Amino acid sequence: MHTLIRQLLKFCLLMLAVSLVVFFLVSVSPIDPVQANVGQAAYVTMSEEKRVQLELYWGVDAPFWERYVNWLGALLQGDMGTSLRFNAPVAEVIAQRAGNSLVLMGIAWAISGVLGFVLGVVAAAFRGRWPDKIIRAYAYLLASTPTFWLALIALMVFSVWLGWFPFGFSVPIGMAASDITVADLAHHLVLPAATLSLLGVANIALHTREKACDVLESSYVKFARTRGEGGFTLIRRHVLRNVALPALSLQFASISEIFGGSVLVEQVFSYPGLGQAAVTAGLGGDVALLAGIALVSAALVFGGNACANVLYAVIDPRMRTKKQAKGVFHVDDTEAGAHA
Amino acid sequence: MRSDSVAVPVLYQPPKRRVATRKRMVFVCVLASLLLVMTVAAGLLFSDAASQSNFLEKQLAPSFEHPFGTDWLGRDMLLRSVAGLSTSILVGVLAAGCSAVIALVLGAVAALGGKRADTVVTWLIDLLMGVPHIVLLVLISFALGKGFVGVTVGVALTHWGSLARVVRAELLQCKQADYIMAARRLGKGPLYIALHHFLPYVLPQFIAGLILLFPHAILHEASITFLGFGLSPEQPAIGIILSEAMGYLSAGMWWLAAFPGLALLVVVLVFDRLGQNVRKLLDPRTSQE
Repeated sequence: MHTLIRQLLKFCLLMLAVSLVVFFLVSVSPIDPVQANVGQAAYVTMSEEKRVQLELYWGVDAPFWERYVNWLGALLQGDMGTSLRFNAPVAEVIAQRAGNSLVLMGIAWAISGVLGFVLGVVAAAFRGRWPDKIIRAYAYLLASTPTFWLALIALMVFSVWLGWFPFGFSVPIGMAASDITVADLAHHLVLPAATLSLLGVANIALHTREKACDVLESSYVKFARTRGEGGFTLIRRHVLRNVALPALSLQFASISEIFGGSVLVEQVFSYPGLGQAAVTAGLGGDVALLAGIALVSAALVFGGNACANVLYAVIDPRMRTKKQAKGVFHVDDTEAGAHA
Repeated sequence: MRSDSVAVPVLYQPPKRRVATRKRMVFVCVLASLLLVMTVAAGLLFSDAASQSNFLEKQLAPSFEHPFGTDWLGRDMLLRSVAGLSTSILVGVLAAGCSAVIALVLGAVAALGGKRADTVVTWLIDLLMGVPHIVLLVLISFALGKGFVGVTVGVALTHWGSLARVVRAELLQCKQADYIMAARRLGKGPLYIALHHFLPYVLPQFIAGLILLFPHAILHEASITFLGFGLSPEQPAIGIILSEAMGYLSAGMWWLAAFPGLALLVVVLVFDRLGQNVRKLLDPRTSQE
């Protein structure tokens, strides 16, 4: 319970700081909010009075802190402002796009996590031999590959040459929303999700391999070997258990990277997710939307880290004993007794 | 049969590759640095030729004369790629250098500046790591206006986190060492200790970390330029080349995207190799392996 409250406090503090940084960054931008919001043509033909009125409305002359507090106050009441590029409330745009993005990122996250873990452990088990060499070469190569380039190549090979997959977007163009089937959606999702997971695998495999190698060199594994353990039994009993925790934090820490990758992948595949919206907002001077997406991404990353921390406490027996020593002991008395 | 012809068990056979490995690592480092310097030099030298359009030779597939092909303005893609790489490397090195200095200063402040400073710096690192790099880069580039300054500052301000953690951890470990206590008792001042003990202790990790920052910086520069926030279209940059190539993909001009990206991948790999080798050479635990 204490950890939960502490996490919540930490989250609030972090989001406050992120919101301050984000607001500062978007407000020092040389882009004039009045000009950006009414468009170039309207701005030129606008009367002076109208301009002054709009400047007052956007608070151009108000001091930074006043504008920040106003924005934050509205934000806390659920009003994230209006997106000019999409002509809709920011919250609505984000909610709609987040659905698309979460499906894409979720699939990539799961695939890269599982595959990366398996490859990492296999590489460590065959340390120095050919499966290790192949996996390491693959991981090194992909870890250095520019995300957007891989996406471009995938688009070129599978959409343009082979024609297996559509050229982009999340749904067929020119089709009524009611006619779209799950198969259509899946068909449009394959390439972006595959690209994104392919890149995620590399990092996780390399880190898992490193941890697994450390475990394999430990004295308890040496002891297990002298007792005659070996093969998969050794891996299952000693390596998997000890690698599980670092793998877990790695997996949740990779959310930030997957989000970053999704921005690039969505841009290449014209996939209408948060990342693409962020790029559109940034290029089009859509301050409210850009700030909103930045906050959402920070919340997502923090959520991942918090999940890792909570799961740590659940999985790691050492954390449990530490808690018992701190005085929760009597509560877990029966459990502890049962174990003894 | 005489007894000495019986095979004597070999008790010790010096590993043949031992010396060679170290030499090879040094050789790889020199070769990698040379390759990168040459790329930059070639890019600067050919920057005019790279933007030279030739409408007689436009949209040519790769050939002996134009190994990377030519684009829709008849520009040679090999020259364009080299010029772009050279820009990317320069931006990357500059940004990574600034980032490393930030990391060193903040890491040192956290480790040596007392508990409160440590809390603040650790929290700053958490804050930095809390927002995906690309999103932060977009924001900073948005704040500073697109272009060279925006990208460089953006990359410099976003990449110091992990290196600062390393510097902090190393210094915390060093602070506990007996020789530091001994030096203090011998009446050495803080400046002396910093220069003679702390600096040599973190330097190997720092240099290797700095070199390993380059590939990240270069990749992020290219990414952010590709998205349209970085360098302007007039400048030669891999990100610009690739984002322009996107429009010609469906026309089947595959070489516009394939080769420049491959070249970028090679540069990133070379930097990575260089960093790994330098780390192994500088770290006393692995330098003799």
